[in-house]
This record gives sequence, C-alpha cells and structure tokens, in this order.
Amino acid sequence: MRTWIAVGRAVAFCAMVLCSAGARAESAAECAVPGYLLFGDSFIERATAAVRKDKTLKIAVLGGSSSKLPGPEGASFAYPARLEAALKRRLPQLAVTVVARTKRRQSAAEAAENITKLLLDEKPSLVVWQTGTNDAVRGTDPAAFRNTLSDGIETLQAGGADVILMNMQYSPRTESIVAVDAYADAMRWVAREREVPMFDRLAIMRYWYDSGVFNLYAATKDLGMATRVHNCIAHALASLIIDAARLQPQEEGAPAR
Amino acid sequence: MAPVLSSDRDLRLDLFRGLALWLIFLDHIPHNIVSWITIRNYGFSDATEIFIFISGYTAAFVYGRAMFQRGFVVAGARILKRAWQIYVAHIFLFAIYIAEIFYVASNFENPLYVEEMNALNFLRQPEITIIQALLLKFKPVNMDVLPLYIVLLLLFPAVLWVLLRNTTVALVASVALYALTWEFGWNIPSYPSGHWFFNPFAWQLLFVFGAWCALGGATRLAPALRSPVTLWLAVAYLVFAFSITLTWHFPRWATLVPRWLGEWMYPIDKTNLDVLRFAHFLALAALTVHFISPDWRPLQSRWTQPAILCGQHSLEIFCLGVFLAFAAHFLMVEIYGGLLMQVLLSLAGILVMVGTATLISWYKRVEGRGGMPPKRPPSADVAGGEA
Repeated sequence: MRTWIAVGRAVAFCAMVLCSAGARAESAAECAVPGYLLFGDSFIERATAAVRKDKTLKIAVLGGSSSKLPGPEGASFAYPARLEAALKRRLPQLAVTVVARTKRRQSAAEAAENITKLLLDEKPSLVVWQTGTNDAVRGTDPAAFRNTLSDGIETLQAGGADVILMNMQYSPRTESIVAVDAYADAMRWVAREREVPMFDRLAIMRYWYDSGVFNLYAATKDLGMATRVHNCIAHALASLIIDAARLQPQEEGAPAR
Repeated sequence: MAPVLSSDRDLRLDLFRGLALWLIFLDHIPHNIVSWITIRNYGFSDATEIFIFISGYTAAFVYGRAMFQRGFVVAGARILKRAWQIYVAHIFLFAIYIAEIFYVASNFENPLYVEEMNALNFLRQPEITIIQALLLKFKPVNMDVLPLYIVLLLLFPAVLWVLLRNTTVALVASVALYALTWEFGWNIPSYPSGHWFFNPFAWQLLFVFGAWCALGGATRLAPALRSPVTLWLAVAYLVFAFSITLTWHFPRWATLVPRWLGEWMYPIDKTNLDVLRFAHFLALAALTVHFISPDWRPLQSRWTQPAILCGQHSLEIFCLGVFLAFAAHFLMVEIYGGLLMQVLLSLAGILVMVGTATLISWYKRVEGRGGMPPKRPPSADVAGGEA
C-alpha cells in the first residue's frame, strides 16, 4: 500500500513538474496538493445556489487555535484571511467573504453549541468546521465525537449552510504524545456518511512534510513558515471549494493583484 | 463440562505471542513503512486479539494447575501478584511518557502549533495526570493494553474458580457479560473524558475464551476445527475481511461496498471488540490450528526461537516494545525519518527485544542454578511461558 502511495506520489509529482513548467511562477506551486488528497465526490449545493442567486459566497470558519496565527498581524496571515484573498482572486465576479469564529481549546461539542448563533449572526452559505485536536487530547469518546459532528452538520445544513470538515494539523513532534488518528478516521467517516467534503489537513500537511516542502519539525519563533503553511492551506482549500461548488474559476496565476 | 488440565507444553503459544509482540511494536511507531506487514492492514483484527487470547490461555494453563493443586487462595494470590507487577510496569512506562512530554514542551516552539502546544500544557499538569494515571484513568498513547490486562487478571481468580468447576458455565457467563456490555454500553470512565479504549467488559470475552480453550475447550473444538467446512468458512471470511480492508486503503473502491453492508458493518468497533473482529480472530486461529500442529517441526528450529523467547517473557518484552516505539519515533523525528531509517529502526527494535528476552532467560536460568532447585515441576512455569 505504501509503495502504491509512493508510486502515486511520484506520478503526481511528475505531473506537477510538467504542469508548473508551463505555468507562471506562483508562490503556491511549491505546495501543490495531488488531487487524490484534495478532491472528493461531495458537492456543496447550498453554496452553489447562493452563488448563482446573489453572486455572493459567504464562508464562516468554525475552529480552534490552529485556524489562527499568534501576534497582532496573525489574523491577516492565517488561512481564513488567505482563503478570502485566494477566492477573490480566482472568483473575481463574486462577492466573497470569509469570517473566522475561532476559540482556543474548543472541543467539537463546544463548537457545536455556537452553531445556531453563528448561523444567525453570519448567515453563511458555507461553514468550514475545523476540529479534532482538542477532542483527541481530551480523549472524547470517538462515538460521541462522531455524533456531535453528524448532528452539527445537520443543524448547519438545516440553517442553509453547507459544511466542509477540516481535521487536525500534522504535527510530527507531538504525534507520539497525542493520538489523533482515531479522531481523523472518525471525521473521514462522518464526512462520507453525511456526504460533505473533507479537507484532510492531516494528510495534506503530512504530504508536504514527506516531500520536503515544509520542515514541520523545525523549532522557531518566526512566523515565516507558519504563514507559508497557512497560505498553502488556504490555496488548497480554495481549490476544494471551487471544485465542490462546481464554480468556474479564473485561470490560476492570472493577474489579479 | 469439567476442565481438563493438560501438562503439554505448547510452543505455538509462545511463538505467536512473540510474533504478536513484534507486530504491536511495529504498529506503535507512527508512520512506519514496516507496519504494512502487520495483520491489521489485511483484516479486521490485529495483534492485540492474539496477545489477549494467548494471555488468557497461558493464565489458565499456569494458574489453573496452581489452583487445582494448591487451592484458591494460593493461586489467587499469585494471580494478584502478577497484576501488581503489570501495574508497576505500567506506571514505569507512564514516567517515560511524562518525561517525553516535558522534553517536547520545553524544546519545541513554533507559532504554527499553538493549538498542539496548548494541548501539551494541558497534559503537563503532573499534580493531576499522575494521580489519574495511578488510578488507571489517564492512559497515554499506546498505553491502553496493560490496564486492560490488569483488570482481566484482577477478575481472573473468580473466573478461574468457576472455570475449574464448569468450563461451559464460565464461557456462557463471559458471553453474557459481553452481550450485556453491548446492550447497555458499560465501560470504565477515563480521564480527561471518555472511556477506556479497550473496554475490559467486552475484551474479557477473548481472555476467558483463551482460558476456556486451555482447560479442555480446544480439545472439544478439535473435531469442528478438522472439518473442511470450518476451514472454508474461515477462508471465505478472511477473504471478505481482506476485500473490505482494501477499500480503506484505496478509497476510490469504497463505492464498491454496498450501502446496506456499510451501514450494517461500520464502524468496526475496536473499543468493544466488535463481533466482526472477534470472528476474524477466530478464523485466523482456526486456520493456524489447522495447518500448524503442536509438533510442527519449525517450532524446534533455531529460526523460530527468537519469537518464542520473546513470547515467553511477554510482560517485559511488551513494556520494552512500548518504550522502543517511543524511542524509534523520537529518533525518526529528531534525526531522520526516511524509509531506510524506518526499516533499520524496526529491525533494531526487534533485535533489542530478542536480545533482552535472551538475557532474561539466561538470568532466570543462572538464578535458578545458583539458588535452590525449583520445587514446582518445571513444566508448570515453563509451558506456555509466563501467564
């Protein structure tokens, strides 16, 4: 199986090289994500309908500290803000907004309590629900975790918002201390059952780490790498949203700044 | 049914327990390419089932004889002493885990991982975590098996007492507890939240089933196991489980699993020893018993001795394996984690396990020779290794 992944990666890498040779030099090319890690078969029809009707795409990010970056400028470097920029660039005909509703040490159940308020306040047509880390640390019952997610998705959908689940970051330093796999599996399972797209941040960051794009192991106080990682997450997430909403983006790398 | 106390030494138990310990070690190293050889990738059950079943088998074998010859109190005391040893080993591993948390938390800073570091700070409250660990409520990554084993042994004097009077009653009671656990969702709470990863009320089924097999159950099952019908059923089920696991590795094929089957089957619950897992273990065991007899010649060969030695000192080697997996991951992150390193560390870990098992055997032999000659018949303690 690993060898097949390796073969797949090699093929994906060659494809990337061939594609990027023709494309314009772009900051996100260094962190391209192979399609099999990013795209699925689930659509976000509510978001598509809102786009068709009002030419707007209102996205809310519901998550924990890993949806933010520290420091006074942190919010502008973190992936929600970068996602807004990337979507505006690729969908210039739409009014795109991304608001981040993040809270430290928030479990899935605590996040679920805020869903009704989030729907009322922001009226999003798409919610990116980033979760998992804190439940893994606290050892929430995986079954309870699954139910929380599943019910939360139902509430969000009933409130007119589509959902994209985003799982935890890949963190090589802590992976033998905090076991996230059971919770990542639970999220993949819920995504499949509820037929919502899943942004597999864990697998994608692991892919970057393995292929040497980012040294996620490095100890640093500098925001440089964190900013680049968030930028890449935003870029990949934008591609997933455009794919799942069946939107026609502007050609990647087109002048937009 | 009355129990049958055999005195034959069954090296197959040691061999497969040793192999299970190796597989558990390989599986405990995160993102280790060598772990692709382990059975969890090719079916529903994994090495934990083998380990718990054989532990139940050998516990009944060793302590059943003791209880039969010296009575309930003596055998019960020996079982509880064993549980105490495992408890101490567990706390020792916990100390290593806490040391690792402190090391990582004080040597690692990266704004990308604020959330993960917050998590570490949460675990880094020794005044709480140590108490919760002593109560077996807080169990770090990969440290769930020993607490399960402790609870199983604490219950074992009573279980064995029943087994020695009527094996069928004991097995039926065990199945009933398993069924009630599924019906009412019984489990033991954990810290900071949730429940035990290995639910002892469910996993006791494998342990008691192992004990039941040791006390004559295996002989009673023998005719059924020899039947070609059983053989083909087992093969068919293993092929089915293998096909299902393939769809986990190749998500594109997941659509080939019919919806009704997926809804009925998933999630396959490890915490409560899903029936599908138990059945998968039974199928594996049936095939093993069918093709490998107790006098299978390679059991005497020197190529199987390393695994047999490890299986004979399972507690020490299990703990060592947990520590080695920690250490291997540490080296992989700290120095280099490429494929070659994963293979080398996996091999080195197994070599260290074999070396340690050899050393423990040697030590026990020397101690035995230096002191008084053993009073008990050697077969009681040697057969099937330790409990």
